Amino acid sequence: MPDAQERERFEECVLPHLDAAFNLARWLLRDRSNAEDATQDALLRAFRSFASFRAGDARAWLLQIVRNCCYTWLKGNRPHDDLSEIADDDMPSDAPSPEALAIASHDGARIVRALEALPLHFREILVLRELEGCSYKEIAAITSRPIGTVMSALARARRQLRETLSEPRQKENSRVL
Amino acid sequence: MSCELAAIHLHAYLDGELDAAGAANFEQHLRACPECSSALAAEQSLRETLSRAQLYERAPGRLRNHIRKNRPHSSVAEAPKSATWQWLAVAAVLVLAALLGRELVGLFHARSERSVLALAAVDAHLRSLQPGHLTDVPSSDQHTVKPWFDGKVDFAPTVRDFAADGFPLIGGRLDVLAGRTAAALVYGRRKHVVNVFVMESSNASAPAGAGELHGYHWLCWQKDGFTYIAVSDAAPEDLLQLRDLFL
Repeated sequence: MPDAQERERFEECVLPHLDAAFNLARWLLRDRSNAEDATQDALLRAFRSFASFRAGDARAWLLQIVRNCCYTWLKGNRPHDDLSEIADDDMPSDAPSPEALAIASHDGARIVRALEALPLHFREILVLRELEGCSYKEIAAITSRPIGTVMSALARARRQLRETLSEPRQKENSRVL
Repeated sequence: MSCELAAIHLHAYLDGELDAAGAANFEQHLRACPECSSALAAEQSLRETLSRAQLYERAPGRLRNHIRKNRPHSSVAEAPKSATWQWLAVAAVLVLAALLGRELVGLFHARSERSVLALAAVDAHLRSLQPGHLTDVPSSDQHTVKPWFDGKVDFAPTVRDFAADGFPLIGGRLDVLAGRTAAALVYGRRKHVVNVFVMESSNASAPAGAGELHGYHWLCWQKDGFTYIAVSDAAPEDLLQLRDLFL
């Protein structure tokens, strides 16, 4: 009974990564309810193309599908979001001191806002690295980027997040709004 | 190594992506360079901030239920259309499977949950062995370690020192296993370190079991609504002995 076997294999390989799928969708879409829809959509697509997945990293494979679903959703629903590729523009250089960061770090809601305020491409790499614990190689596979781009984007994402977190509260609010 | 090169390597070092020689070179540069050291400290502080904020969001229960109940299926419905006896046999087997299904699927989920947990626990054990990662609260005093977890995990793990039984308490640490917050209790066993991860049992909690991964032994058990998983390179008998102390 190939179908039942296939389904079992799917449940064994893919369902353990449901949390990872939802977490990525939640941070890409910045909305839990849309993230639920996107995760469901991604699981369905994953099942349909499961035959082509034989071995390897099921989490990276699923997250790649989740990411595609989220990008499709963003294109349709939030066309103003910047979906373009990572540009090589310069970032301001002076990193805030660890002390400055320590002040902001007690406020969990503020950290959520700061992460959500990051540009999409920075946010996804940071979420994959810091929350999901993906290796550079996995992030490169999930986001279809060269490892070098992942590394430089990660450095810039961290710098930008640190800056947002160490900005005075008012300035940060006006930026997010 | 120059500061420019160190700045390029800093993130790879932080993320454990440098090979041993690269990491040694970087550390050598750090010892001589306060600026790069403080840059690294800033990155580590950011990482701690993110990890303390507990930003990981697990799939809500209703999404999980929805996906399990409405499992996508492809050819089950179409199968009887080609009414050869082979297909009827397949359908009969499917009916049988459906009858057994609930039990089997439950067992299946529980088992895969356990293998995910074991892998996560062994990974966390390996991480904890990196310099400076073993404990957040280094103390052999259970009355110091237990209250340290207050407010950091939303349950109160049992913390006891088993020094008299050959498992001295080394300390405690906050950890995350497969997206779930865990209290990690660190014990010594002769020259070995044992991590005991404690987390609240969920519906899909891992059944008791033991195994070996990457040369490390793990042992999983349940008690009083908690899931415990112990990991160490000590002998499996040592883990069993430690479990019995917890039970």
